[in-house]
Amino acid sequence: MAIKLHGQPWSNNTVRAMTVLNEKGLDYVLCPVDLRSGGHKKPEFLALNPFGQIPVFQDGDGSVFESRAITRYVATRYKETGTDLLSASSAALETWLQVEGSQFNPPMFRIIFELGIKPLIGMSTNMSVVENESDKIGKVLDVYEAHLAKNKYLAGDEFTLADLNHMPEIYILSKSAKFDLIDSRPHLKAWWEDISARPAWKKTAVSLPF
Amino acid sequence: MAKGQHKSPDFLKLQPFGQVPAFQDELTTVFESRAICKYICNKFPEKGNQTLMGGGDGGLLSRTSVDQWLEAEGQSFIPPSSALVFQLAFVPMFGFKQDPAAIEQNEAKLANVLDVYDCRLGESKFLAGDDFTLADMAHLPNGHILVSKNEDLFMSRKNVGRWWEEISARPAWKKVVEMQNAPQG
Repeated sequence: MAIKLHGQPWSNNTVRAMTVLNEKGLDYVLCPVDLRSGGHKKPEFLALNPFGQIPVFQDGDGSVFESRAITRYVATRYKETGTDLLSASSAALETWLQVEGSQFNPPMFRIIFELGIKPLIGMSTNMSVVENESDKIGKVLDVYEAHLAKNKYLAGDEFTLADLNHMPEIYILSKSAKFDLIDSRPHLKAWWEDISARPAWKKTAVSLPF
Repeated sequence: MAKGQHKSPDFLKLQPFGQVPAFQDELTTVFESRAICKYICNKFPEKGNQTLMGGGDGGLLSRTSVDQWLEAEGQSFIPPSSALVFQLAFVPMFGFKQDPAAIEQNEAKLANVLDVYDCRLGESKFLAGDDFTLADMAHLPNGHILVSKNEDLFMSRKNVGRWWEEISARPAWKKVVEMQNAPQG
């Protein structure tokens, strides 16, 4: 059975899954879920993800929801294919995977949802949310900046899943007026330039509507 | 933390975000509670409960199910439950006024999440499958406070109630609660 990814290319969480599939050089079919008509709340979709959210990943072995569980599954199942995305110490990898999910993503998602995603789905941007969340995320990004001054990648010397999981949101931010959040921090900027120059990422980026 | 120790230079070396917990062993430092849990499970695969991260006969898919439900906990359960814990437990403790709108909004969000859990726990003994795993365990800290303040949220849902009683009766959890209740020395 071919790999199927149920989602939308304007959804940062779907893009996270697309990114790992391209890093691994895996073919997949993107099956659009029509959120406007409530496709994500239909019984067939809820059977795949009871939370009614995209993306959902399916291959011959099983079905996975939650984008970070999907990227972890693909990185592990296909460890010997393409780049090994788990090549770091357990402590550093687990720490920075969690930092992305609990420190970086909540404020960053709110910013890029307002600036990057809402315009694509016919909703209007709330600039006060953007300003509020930009203030909050500054402190988090300062920690990243100090960490990347001493580490080439988040979990050490190699590009890993910990770096990859950040890519959709930073890319969407890079298309917005708030990219100075990254651009003004030299080590963050250098890290982003490095990881976004990866051929697999370029392949992902050209397929996106941002 | 009342004295700002979590923002002291020494602590920031362990945890640069200035938050608790931080874990240290002879090899390294780990922060972020779920990372600490996974690190400990990876470091001691032969000790105590050996199915906390799935694996075993279920292999990768069983581990992935744990990852999946642990992500659901972090992304869907934690935001409304933490907001409620803050309003129901910490705000009164510090002598501030509760925000009824925040309580109502977050109870509604949490109710939606618990409805999904109730369905899942009708088909599966624990969130990730047949075994108690990190995915269930991660719910204990906020769950404990929420149930003490408003047990209806969990106990009015048959399967969530059954699951909660089972996971909160585990001796390892009871040991944690005892430590929380012990006088601070």
